[in-house]
Amino acid sequence: MSGRYVAAIDQGTTSTRCILFDRQGRLVSIAQREHRQSFPRPGWVEHDGLEIWHNTIQVVDSAVRKASADYRQISALGVTNQRETTIMWDRGSGLPVAPAITWQDTRTNATAQELRTSPFAQRVHQLTGLQPEGYYASLRLRWLLDHIPGLQAKADRGEVLAGTMDSWLIWNLTGGATGAETRHVTDVTNASRTLLMDIDTCQWHPELLSGLDLPLSILPEIRPSLDNYGHTSDVLPGTPIGAVLGDQQAALFGQHCFQSGQAKCTLGSGSFLLMNTGVQPIRSQSGLISTVGYQIRGQDPVYAHEGSIAVTGSLVQWLRDGLGLIKTPAEIETLAMTVPDNGGCYLVPAFAGLFAPHWQSEARGVVVGLTGFINKGHIARAALEATAWQIREVIDAMTADTGIVPTQLRVDGGMTANNLLMQILADALGIEVTRAMVPETVALGAAYAAGLTTGLWADRAALPSNTHPAGRWTPHQDPTYRETQHRQWRRAVQRALDWNET
Amino acid sequence: MPGSVQSIERAAAIIRLLSQSSRPLGVVQIANSLGLAKGTAHGLLKTLQKVGFVNQDATTGKYNSLLDTQGVATGHVDPHELRARSINYADSLASRTGEAVRVGVLNEQSPREVLVRTVHHVFRPDRSSQTLEIGTDAEVHACALGKALLAYNAGAAIITATGPLARRTACTIIDAPELARSLADIRAKGWAADFEELSIGQAGIAAPIRLAGGLVVGAIGISGELDRITSRSGQHATVAPKKALVAEVLQTAGHIVAEFGEPA
Repeated sequence: MSGRYVAAIDQGTTSTRCILFDRQGRLVSIAQREHRQSFPRPGWVEHDGLEIWHNTIQVVDSAVRKASADYRQISALGVTNQRETTIMWDRGSGLPVAPAITWQDTRTNATAQELRTSPFAQRVHQLTGLQPEGYYASLRLRWLLDHIPGLQAKADRGEVLAGTMDSWLIWNLTGGATGAETRHVTDVTNASRTLLMDIDTCQWHPELLSGLDLPLSILPEIRPSLDNYGHTSDVLPGTPIGAVLGDQQAALFGQHCFQSGQAKCTLGSGSFLLMNTGVQPIRSQSGLISTVGYQIRGQDPVYAHEGSIAVTGSLVQWLRDGLGLIKTPAEIETLAMTVPDNGGCYLVPAFAGLFAPHWQSEARGVVVGLTGFINKGHIARAALEATAWQIREVIDAMTADTGIVPTQLRVDGGMTANNLLMQILADALGIEVTRAMVPETVALGAAYAAGLTTGLWADRAALPSNTHPAGRWTPHQDPTYRETQHRQWRRAVQRALDWNET
Repeated sequence: MPGSVQSIERAAAIIRLLSQSSRPLGVVQIANSLGLAKGTAHGLLKTLQKVGFVNQDATTGKYNSLLDTQGVATGHVDPHELRARSINYADSLASRTGEAVRVGVLNEQSPREVLVRTVHHVFRPDRSSQTLEIGTDAEVHACALGKALLAYNAGAAIITATGPLARRTACTIIDAPELARSLADIRAKGWAADFEELSIGQAGIAAPIRLAGGLVVGAIGISGELDRITSRSGQHATVAPKKALVAEVLQTAGHIVAEFGEPA
């Protein structure tokens, strides 16, 4: 393959990015466009699918221009996406039938609760490796079919398609409503988040579909992550799409976590800790989930253990947009550095309930320990500590499930630019934290995967090594102080539980 | 009195209007409030955005003033903001050159002393054990990063020249007129270098991060072993930085400047 670049489209929670990498895995150019977060009701979070698709077209064009490149120099395209966010669209017009329901949305929590307490729940867990939570795509599909007038009838007539954001993008990239080669597909990592996929066979399971009364016709075809997904029609015309991966799985790939036991934590809007567990999924006893890590065409899937934290970077955005405490996300560090510690206040950002390891959808956010002494600097500090403590909880749960005690944590994602946060994290965990050379490991993983499929790199051994850390933080704190703070945090979490009454 | 420049008067009015407003405003609102044609207001806003005085929200298209927050009138950019906009390209520079990368700003805490503060540090991509130096200060006259900042800040250069110039190595410039010549040379070339001036066996190359209009908000540089950063050429085997490395540093500085032109 003679192409100079691989392009990755990273369709994230708050923005869509296109990043070009060269054959040495180095970032050549990056373009980004944020999209609107819509909160039509408390607990509801929606995105506009068309806005995201138009942004995608623009960032791809922008990234190629910034690299002073020609689209023919792009040898492969990889797509990675925010997982679980669900969208349905009309096959004929190509228009979404409703706003996309995002992974942070809580409207299906009640349905999930019913499912969890029903006799069917055990069968679901046995087949999918997941406990029913509002989080997963299938419940959102059911909600749309129940609440959009006429949609069920259209779905029964085969006029409607559904999917996670990867399916929406691939459908549009390969030609959309008017294309002859349009593909309606998804990959195993995305499909493993729907509550509809058998985790052992990696296929849709009829019992799971009929349990929610969902027609098979609306669902995309499940493919391995590294596979031939067709060619783009108008965007970078004729470029092979070589990989699709959910964003956290892409980061696992980008961080070279190809061996069982290797783990990474991506700090973004939410934070996600994933550990490669090899060719067998591990059923969690501690509130974590089994998921597919990735699958290479022709090979067995590789599984991963995951702990997901809903609100970390989103908290910083809320301080900016909801409270007006800061004007830009980077300012949180400046504000937090105006004070030496949290002043006794603790913030638990359970905005969408609590995810791993508690999984309590009734929890809501709290700030405790307020006195007249507390100023916005302390709040900023508490906001950063909230990220660190939530990650600590997930690591402790992962150790309980797997028996593996990490001695080092590899991190990536936008929040790793925050130097104070990284030190707070090392202190809260009591272990060394290292930052990956490329913060954009999600996009890099998608690029690696796509390049492997199209032959730009011969095999995984040929992938450029990005294991050299760009930065390292070691714990400075007195262990007694750390455990006191940890205890206070756990007490604050108790205050967040059982708030919402449906 | 001679006519004042109408564009500047109008720009000042836009800034004041945005600063007074509790929420971002769109171009039509701004034009109507100030009695400007929409096209005129749009042109002014685009230039104000380019120089970093206003920001346009990428999704709503509305504008807000940055003057009260980033201290742009004083030329100070929040160091964490600088790091956020530099990080992707700084990491890439470290990867491409194989050397440690630093982004620095002038630290004028003391009225009698100017230092260069490291606001971002990327490890040299090898297996060696390194310590993160974010938040540390160094002598501004003794390293490329500092000199790249000093060359474009007359006030800081004066303070530095009037104080004693500390000698770090036998090569450190400690003579004020010699430093002034070195800074003038940096302005002519657009980049700075140091050869064993901060520590023996080490060298550095740095470029200013210069926003539209000429304001320097920081500098970015690489540093490492003398033999990797420099080469000897000519009859007298003069030490000079490798051209390819200088080009990489300059290109990275350019990318970072472009990031400042993007909506936040």
